[in-house]
Amino acid sequence: MEHGSFTDNSAATFSLTDEDHTLANSVRFTLNQDPRVTFSGYSIPHPSQARVNIRVQTTGDPASEVLKDACQDLMLMCRHVRSTFDKAVEDFKASNAVKAMKIDSKDSSDSEESE
Amino acid sequence: MAEQEKKFSIWDLPDVPMGQLPPHLELQRTRVFCNKDAPIHTESIQYSGAYSSIGVDNSVRLDNFCNNFRVEVIRLNEDDMEFDMIGIDAALANSFRRILVAEVPTMAIEKVLFANNTSIVQDEVLAHRLGLVPISVDPRLFDYMSENDQPNEKNTVVFKLHVKCKKGSPRITVKSDELKWLPNGSELVRESTANSGSSSKPETYTYFSCSQESVPEFVKNPVAPKYPDIILAKLGPGQEIELEAHAVKGIGKTHAKWSPVATAWYRMLPEVILLEDVEDDLAEELKSKCPVNVFDIEDIGKGKKRATVARPRSCTLCRECIRGEDWEKRVALRRVKNHFIFTIESTGALPPELLFTEAVKILEDKCERVITELS
Repeated sequence: MEHGSFTDNSAATFSLTDEDHTLANSVRFTLNQDPRVTFSGYSIPHPSQARVNIRVQTTGDPASEVLKDACQDLMLMCRHVRSTFDKAVEDFKASNAVKAMKIDSKDSSDSEESE
Repeated sequence: MAEQEKKFSIWDLPDVPMGQLPPHLELQRTRVFCNKDAPIHTESIQYSGAYSSIGVDNSVRLDNFCNNFRVEVIRLNEDDMEFDMIGIDAALANSFRRILVAEVPTMAIEKVLFANNTSIVQDEVLAHRLGLVPISVDPRLFDYMSENDQPNEKNTVVFKLHVKCKKGSPRITVKSDELKWLPNGSELVRESTANSGSSSKPETYTYFSCSQESVPEFVKNPVAPKYPDIILAKLGPGQEIELEAHAVKGIGKTHAKWSPVATAWYRMLPEVILLEDVEDDLAEELKSKCPVNVFDIEDIGKGKKRATVARPRSCTLCRECIRGEDWEKRVALRRVKNHFIFTIESTGALPPELLFTEAVKILEDKCERVITELS
């Protein structure tokens, strides 16, 4: 739900239902990073009601476009986080497996030498 | 007579590299200063035009983020993991933590059908305890069950508990390994008023069309509570518990029993800087003050000793090292604003690295929902 004025679409308040700080803070962060944005913020009108108001004011671009771009950026950031994390976990498991193999071979070679 | 003013040209001043902040501002932007009384510079300066008057662009574009973001895994066990995320902002880190605790789905016992309960543990108390037992089953294989759905093999897991303490035998403790998985669905017969004389199979409380044993994942790891030694109830002689428990998929927001993590937390990387050389007696004093042994003594020859920072990562910010007189100008405690040390402790449904991946996927789904609503 977008509340804005018909003449000036560079500033609008978006009211999202079933959302809370989890999404709103991340979207506000990515919005702030965008150089087209002059003001971005979010508020929760009442804590018992799962509704978030995100306010966007831009330097001329339509506010809904900027919000869409920010969400896209957030999605791409999440994908990058996920791929980096998966790679790091794989590398860690691989290096641990190598270490375990080295310890195993060292143990067996030690026992061979002692015999 | 007017004094001759010393004329100097601003071009003689040392060069401030263009596009970069002067070092004290850079420090304020990237570090939290933990002083004796309270931390300062805690907010992260996200606004893209924050330093526009100096001519520095503060916006973190996507490619900058992708180049500077790093993940390092420190520890990875079956049930918990610790890893570092470098280059991310607190808003995103907190979103991941919130999703891990409240929005990654799991399976937990929701409905308990009692056939017999003569123990001293009341029905509702026992049902509550059963709900909190973690079940090691992959929740991604199941669907959510809504009000109108019938319980079937796609959205329910059925357990049975039947324990009896014989008269004359000592008290027994009912542990969670007594919960037996019923892959074919409920065995309690429902008394239906409609004429079911034609059907050979009596109607039960679930409508399984095929056995859950046929799912390949369950052949290798049969569904069971993760920990077999959780005490559920105690029975005296002559008491009996007979019940059937249905587990469904849910998220931690509805009830904490569906939270997949024991807990998940993060902290910023601590940075301990010695502002001036701390030598001899002061060095010994500093080393003994720290309860987690952050400092070490090194010999610099001629019998003189100097304190160094050996393990800044284990600093718990107890501020003992800056407590006395004058210590604040020798030791600076800081935290790095974009380096987060995440710890995830899983309750057993999913391994912790999968949990984090699922949490990131859920954030992506939320964004997608907003995008589709907007367009």
